[in-house]
Formats: sequence, C-alpha cells, structure tokens
Amino acid sequence: MTAAFKQQTFRDDYTYQNSPQAIKRFPFPFGEDQYMYSVNIEPHTKGATGSVNEFAFDIDEHYLSECEDKRKTLALDPGRYQALPHMMDAQWDFLELTMESLAADYPKLFSLVKNGKHWEWENKPLGIKTAFIFGDATTLHMQPFEFMGRQVQGDFVLLDQREGTLFADAGFITSQADWSLAFNVGMAWHEWHGPVPQVTKLGVMDRALKYLMSLQLGSPVRRLNWTMTINPRLDTSPENYPLWGGDRNKVTPDNVGELVHLRVELQGLFRLPRSNGILFSIRCYLISMDELSTYTRWAKRFHRVLKSLHPDLVEYKGLTKFRQMTIDWLSRFDDGAPLESGTHPE
Amino acid sequence: MSLLRVRVADVQQITPLIKQFTLVAADGTELPSFSGGSHIVVAMNVEGRIHRNPYSLMSAPEDRHAYKIAVRLQEKSRGGSVHMHTAVNVGAVLDITYPVNLFALDRRARKHILIAGGVGITPFMSQIADLQRMAANYELHYAYRAHKHGAFTEFIKSTSADQAHFYVENEGGVLDIRALLAKQPLGTHVYVCGPNSMVVSVLATARDLGWPDRHIHSEQFAAPPAGEPFRLKLAKSNIELVVPAELSMLEAIEAAGVDAPYLCRGGACGRCELDVISNDGVIMHHDHYLSDAEKAAGKKIMPCVSRARCDLLELNI
Repeated sequence: MTAAFKQQTFRDDYTYQNSPQAIKRFPFPFGEDQYMYSVNIEPHTKGATGSVNEFAFDIDEHYLSECEDKRKTLALDPGRYQALPHMMDAQWDFLELTMESLAADYPKLFSLVKNGKHWEWENKPLGIKTAFIFGDATTLHMQPFEFMGRQVQGDFVLLDQREGTLFADAGFITSQADWSLAFNVGMAWHEWHGPVPQVTKLGVMDRALKYLMSLQLGSPVRRLNWTMTINPRLDTSPENYPLWGGDRNKVTPDNVGELVHLRVELQGLFRLPRSNGILFSIRCYLISMDELSTYTRWAKRFHRVLKSLHPDLVEYKGLTKFRQMTIDWLSRFDDGAPLESGTHPE
Repeated sequence: MSLLRVRVADVQQITPLIKQFTLVAADGTELPSFSGGSHIVVAMNVEGRIHRNPYSLMSAPEDRHAYKIAVRLQEKSRGGSVHMHTAVNVGAVLDITYPVNLFALDRRARKHILIAGGVGITPFMSQIADLQRMAANYELHYAYRAHKHGAFTEFIKSTSADQAHFYVENEGGVLDIRALLAKQPLGTHVYVCGPNSMVVSVLATARDLGWPDRHIHSEQFAAPPAGEPFRLKLAKSNIELVVPAELSMLEAIEAAGVDAPYLCRGGACGRCELDVISNDGVIMHHDHYLSDAEKAAGKKIMPCVSRARCDLLELNI
C-alpha cells in the first residue's frame, strides 16, 4: 500500500483527487431521495473488505497528504491541539487504541511491540520509530494524544463523562467543518450542540446523550454526517474563514464539477478503558462533483437530496451560495426515474 | 452486547460470607484495562436458568492478566450468590460483560473521600489503585460489623496505610459522617458505597453541609427481589410469558429470547428502562433511577430489579 500513497495538497494549488478505487469506496451517505437529520448510529463492526468501515481507523491513499496537511495546520496554529490536565489517562487510552488497531489492521505499515510497559512503535509510511514507557509521558517527545493524533487520518475529540453529561475536554482538530476547538473545549454536550437546527425540539440530543453515556467498552458505534466544501480543503475552520469563505463566490456553472465537493464525515465513538471517557473520531472524505458523477446513481440521488433539503439545513451547512448551481449542474444526470433505496454506487 | 469469556483461575474465602474469584481470559489473551469503580455482569446458569449479577472489579485497572471480583453470600439470594459460592470452582468458564463504570472518580477533584460499608468496599479497591497511580489526595473510611467481616483490610493497610481509616462496629468504632465531611477543603469529592442507610446518610449530610451535587457520588446496586409470579406481554415482540417468583423480569424477558438492553442490572443506570402499556395491578419499583413522580405515574419500569403484583403487565418491547 505504501507505493499507492499520494502526495497531494488540501490547500493553495489543491492537487487532491480521488483514484477510481477511492471513488468507488466513498462513503456516500444518501440511501433515500430526501435527507432528514437523524442520529443514524450503528455498531462500528468490521465492514466489507476494502470499505471505509473495514477497520476501526481507515488508512487510505491520502494518508501521507493528510498527515502533512495536519502538520502544516498545527504549525500555523498550535491551538488546534488542546488537552485539559485531567485528560491524561484518556490520552494514553487514545494512544493504545490507535496503535493496537493500526498495527493489527495494517501490519505492513505499522508495528507495535510490547514488553510490559516498554513499547516500541514503528510507522513506516511516516518514517517514525520510537521506544517509550506506556503511561510515562516524559518518555515521548510530545503528549501521547498529539503524538498519535498526527499519525491517524481524521480529527479526534476526547470526552470526559461526569455530572450526567459529556465534556469535550481534549481535541486534535485540523479538518473541521466550520467549528472551533478553541471555542468548544471544556463545553458540555448540550452547549456544543446548541446551534444545530431542528433537533432540540425533537429531543434528539437528549436521547443521543443518554445513548452515549451508556456506550460500552468493546462496542464502538459510528454514523455518517455530511456537508459541502468548495475546493478539497480539510481546514475549513472558523479561525481561517478568510482563507476559504470567499471561495463560495468563485463557483460558476462551468466549474461546479471541479470546485464543489461533497464532504462526508465518518464519525466513530469508542468507550475508553482507563479514563472511562469517550473518543469521538471524525474522518473526513472529500469528493468532487466530477468524481461523484462517475456513478450516475449517486449524481441522481444527490441531485434529489439537494433539491428537497430543508431551508434551515441549507443555511446551517452554509450551502446557500452554490446550492442552486449545483442542482442545475447535477440535473443533467437525473432522468426522474425512481431510484431504489441504498447508498451503493451502481 | 459484546461478552468476554473467562476462566476461574483462583477462588479464596476472604471472610465467612465473601469469596473472591480471580478470572482470566479463556483464550489466554489480555483482558481490557478499565477505570476504577467499574463492574462486570457475570452470567451464570442456575439449574437451566440464566442469572446475570453485577460485581465490582477489585483488581488494579492496569492488570490485564486477571480480573478479581468478590461475591457476598446473600441471605435472600435468588440463587446467584449461592451458585457462585457452591458451584463455581477453579477451572469454571463464565461469560462476563466488558467493564462498565457507573461510579467513576472525578479526575478534577482536589481531594477524594471514599466511604465504604461492608462489602461496599469492593468498588473502592480499583479506585484506590487508580488514585495511587495518579498520586491523588484521598482518604478511605471503611466501616464493617466485626473484625471477621472486614474484607481485604490487610491488603488495604499494606497499600494505603496513611490514607485508610477503619471503623469496627462491635468494637465501638463509629464513623462520624458529619464531622468527616465538615472538615474537608473546597474541591473535595465524596464517594459512598454500602448499605442503604449509610448511603442515604452520606448523601443527606453532604447536601446539608452545602456540598454541590456534582461532588457527591454513590453506588447502590439493588438485588432483584423475588416476588409473586405474573403474566407479562411484550407488545413489539408479540410474546406472552410468565415471570416466575425467583427470576427478575429482565431475566424472564431474556429467557424468552428477546434482546433487551441493560448495563448495571441493579436499578442504577437507567439503560433497561421500558414503557408500560398497561397493567392491572401494582408496579413494585425497586430501582434507584426513576424519580418518585415517575414511579407514581407507572408509565416506566426498570425490569432489572422491579416487578409487578398483578395478573398481566404489558410492556412496549
């Protein structure tokens, strides 16, 4: 797999693109013509071979490019990594979970050798090899959460469970869909979900919280969320809004296929053993309209989803400026014939 | 629900009423680490019926080679603790849940006061290991009826000599809860596990002294009491069954092949809550989860410990 890693960019010249294999395994989230917000949680069990759900943490052809983008974002803004002091056990839980998962699932890329508390970790794609004492932060050159957060694709939040709710008390956030770690760190569940439309009155967040509070060790869960991004940009943070916000005005009927991307988040939730915390992993997949329409079925489906999307969600997801242009662009694929349920590409 | 298969590696008689079981993974691998205060649920086959009882993990959370649990022989046992004491020996294979923590330490606390009564010492054994590892400021106050019932006192003295205080009732030892709590600095959290009277007293005293609720932690597992048999209708599953006197409603539902949610099986966590559709008698609520108003309304029930005195109860599962 090492030979297949690409060296592309998620900023400036935006050379990111998906291979045909990456397009085919894209986690297309729309099984029906009309999108309704739902919690849509399912067990994060082993998925089909080659699918994004095959393993706990998906490593794909963008691994090196994404780790490099993380490094750049963090170098420009070290505040994208934060951990409150009481989260140290959760940090080691994260390190253990990611190292054990990657070494077991991708043995050609990663290896972990344990001799009691003396651990040796090797990450071949990134050229990292280190020995350390598990639980002793002085034996790593950075905090355990940051150390592994840099080596796994996606964003990560560590939640502390206390006082009948969950607190976002540590985070490694470099590819967020317009939310801010600096703003949210230390917040309780209902505070950071305050802005989501249409859900408070449905009691969705109360039920989701109750469910997560009883999330069990050994039984992680996942869900998909989505939005849209102009250009294949991972770092669409509020802090850097001036760098990407204006791109929404660059969309024209001629460049929709290239500029407009569907952005899907594969979100995982894992109970952590030592800390009794929860890991919230957010893995971002980007696909351009050109790439998406490789499969007419997906183009048709997405056309219908965008057309029927509730105005509050259009606003919340920031799609107002380019939604109609994208609908017009996708309409060429939609013959109006009924589509059977399901997210499959063909 | 994911389960772990374990083998009993050792059994020790700790006090006249308490046995300690050491459990290792049946396939020889490591067990998951856990957090102090966690419990597991042990499934046991008692004369063809599956009982599931929760027990606190007492081993150090970092020890992935073995879990330890302590089982107190209950006077009014429905069969579970008697079964563990008489039929479960070295070499026996058991299915257990992954560890669950409903009694976690607050890691931001500046000081931790642990108050144990009798077999209520068990969840504190793993918490003490965590507190020592984190070099946290803590005190253990452990009360029991008589010297012979003081489980694990030697072990506690060997690890927490400076932090542990013992109160032996028949030797005149009295734990003055008010005096203890009144002298604690701001930022202290109190944790209590023991008989109902002790838990109620600690909670009431702490609140009376103005402690914030979020600094007061308790663990109280109710054992599902036996009762009269009654008929149970499961609306969604379209099944009707009889809950026998010695099985809990949850166990009877599971025996009928219906996959019902649960975590603590002691009326504490709320996970198994079910909606009552109809009931021609009285619901006997035994849980610590529903509010008094909810219990009075009779629209919800925790089948792990509660039951009904009725002819027919209909639930929405």
